[in-house]
Amino acid sequence: VSHSQITRLYSRFTSLDKGENGTLSREDFQRIPELAINPLGDRIINAFFPEGEDQVNFRGFMRTLAHFRPIEDNEKSKDQNGPEPLNSRSNKLHFAFRLYDLDKDGKISRDELLQVLRMMVGVNISDEQLGSIADRTIQEADQDGDSAISFAEFVKVLEKVDVEQKMSIRFLH
Amino acid sequence: MFLLLPFDSLVVNLLGISITVLFTLLLVFIIVPAIFGVSFGIRKVYMKTLLKIFQWATLRIERGAKEKNHPLYKPYVNGIIAKEPTSLEEEIKEIRRSGSGKALDTPEFELSDIFYFCRKGIETIMDDEVTKRFSAEELESWNLLSRTNYNFQYISLRLTVLWGLGVLIRYCFLLPLRIALAFTGISLLVTGTTVVGYLPNGRCKEFLSKHVHLMCYRICVRALTAIITYHDRENRPRNGGICVANHTSPIDVIILASDGYYAMVGQIHGGLMGVIQRAMVKACPHVWFERSEVKDRHLVAKRLTEHVQDKSKLPILIFPEGTCINNTSVMMFKKGSFEIGATVYPVAIKYDPQFGDAFWNSSKYGMVTYLLRMMTSWAIVCSVWYMPPMTRQVSEEILDCLTCLFGPWLLLNSFVLPQPEEDAVQFANRVKSAIARQGGLVDLLWDGGLKREKVKDTFKEEQQKLYSKMIVGNHEDRSRS
Repeated sequence: VSHSQITRLYSRFTSLDKGENGTLSREDFQRIPELAINPLGDRIINAFFPEGEDQVNFRGFMRTLAHFRPIEDNEKSKDQNGPEPLNSRSNKLHFAFRLYDLDKDGKISRDELLQVLRMMVGVNISDEQLGSIADRTIQEADQDGDSAISFAEFVKVLEKVDVEQKMSIRFLH
Repeated sequence: MFLLLPFDSLVVNLLGISITVLFTLLLVFIIVPAIFGVSFGIRKVYMKTLLKIFQWATLRIERGAKEKNHPLYKPYVNGIIAKEPTSLEEEIKEIRRSGSGKALDTPEFELSDIFYFCRKGIETIMDDEVTKRFSAEELESWNLLSRTNYNFQYISLRLTVLWGLGVLIRYCFLLPLRIALAFTGISLLVTGTTVVGYLPNGRCKEFLSKHVHLMCYRICVRALTAIITYHDRENRPRNGGICVANHTSPIDVIILASDGYYAMVGQIHGGLMGVIQRAMVKACPHVWFERSEVKDRHLVAKRLTEHVQDKSKLPILIFPEGTCINNTSVMMFKKGSFEIGATVYPVAIKYDPQFGDAFWNSSKYGMVTYLLRMMTSWAIVCSVWYMPPMTRQVSEEILDCLTCLFGPWLLLNSFVLPQPEEDAVQFANRVKSAIARQGGLVDLLWDGGLKREKVKDTFKEEQQKLYSKMIVGNHEDRSRS
């Protein structure tokens, strides 16, 4: 990320920080109308806050946003011994996995999938229909027969999806 | 102590002389032209000089930044991230297409659907269309005001000296001048309208009232050093119409009223504003509401309709956005004024923020602070476009009856029926788009009330409904296979 991009994001961070205390709370995020109308808005906001905390500082803000950096070609050939960059394909998939995995136990259970589906469709689909959709999805993805989707199974299902492009945000220059 | 006395009287003398000189200059160059509505063109010369200075300053900063290798902060008005203008349906289909080879037209749920919501959500966190409209627009080049100074560090001595000089001129010369003018303008308005109010109703009263109003507004315009360019003045609002404009600050009223004679609409305030309002209504019928009446929409609509139907009464001036927006976009127009059925005269107002940003951020600054900020800027430069009048498209009820009676005959003769009736909301949106286009502003559907309130859940429900359509219907297909 270039210096000017960081400056711009910092400017954004401060404009969202209405309390001017250097951290953002959940209310600060909910004040963005376009985010408030996103059916998964609350789950996304949650992704910024580490376990049990209610405030996120600029560092945490950047860390979460870093998942959405586009993957550059020269990074793919980088030294494999270093820690994986936050915007790798695997980490992007992990970010999406965490949106489904409500209790953070590393598995998407039927209940969790149902809850997330309910968030996405609102009141427009009945419980039975939603239940059968959830069942079918787990059935198709589940390989070790535990009626839940683990991260590995999640990755397998989405192996053909162009994650790099769909979960990346480019800066304008 | 005795040594101070002669010195004291010298100072007093000097002060007296300078004040007299100042006031004479004031009178000759500013107030007299205001009364007659002419202009010496001093302000335009001032503006041109300032522009040259700003250009020099910008070049200097860029050169200085290159020399010192400092990255330059460049604000972007058009957003900082690339956003694809695709719909929910298209995006999700594309994600599914890349993921599996399944047929695209079978509606079902995929785990990859979440990517769409996720990315959209993060995009809005990084840069959204709404919240940035409630704070002042960022300038592309510095205008020597410390309030617009984002990242412009000390570059050179000359620049700092220039800035210091600017501060001196603005605070010590322009500010007292402007305050004196404002004071004159407001007191003339109050006394003038009260005096005219005592006259019997008739043409004389109307004539005097119009000119008192115009004169005082012109003085106020000069009090802000507002340099206004009016376009298409032949489209100016006429009696019995409603003048509709985009709202950036309370100054909009002064700008429009100094070029035309309008009836104002608003809530009665206490304090100085209240005094001014009560005086104005003595000279000509403005529409002021008590605080309690404002809540009653029917009462408001009724009073406005009555005013509009009386052809002798002045055109009403209304700002349908309901709140101040930062002049980069036009937000949702409230439908109230469009339901009345009068001719609407749209007006687009676009400020040039280079000389002084006129946007009133009411959550950050109170009225007095705001006015002080206005009076210590270089100038307020704006363009006003008067647009041709618009009316709501005509009711089809009568035509419906005719169609029932003569339907087949009409069809046989291939009569083309005119456009269907539009309701107030559609009319409001049509006017809003026209204003946005003319002023070069972004046309947004969002409500300006989002400045203070939360967004309604109905928008979220719309999104959910759209998405449900993409995954429901699953079972009809399944049962067939």
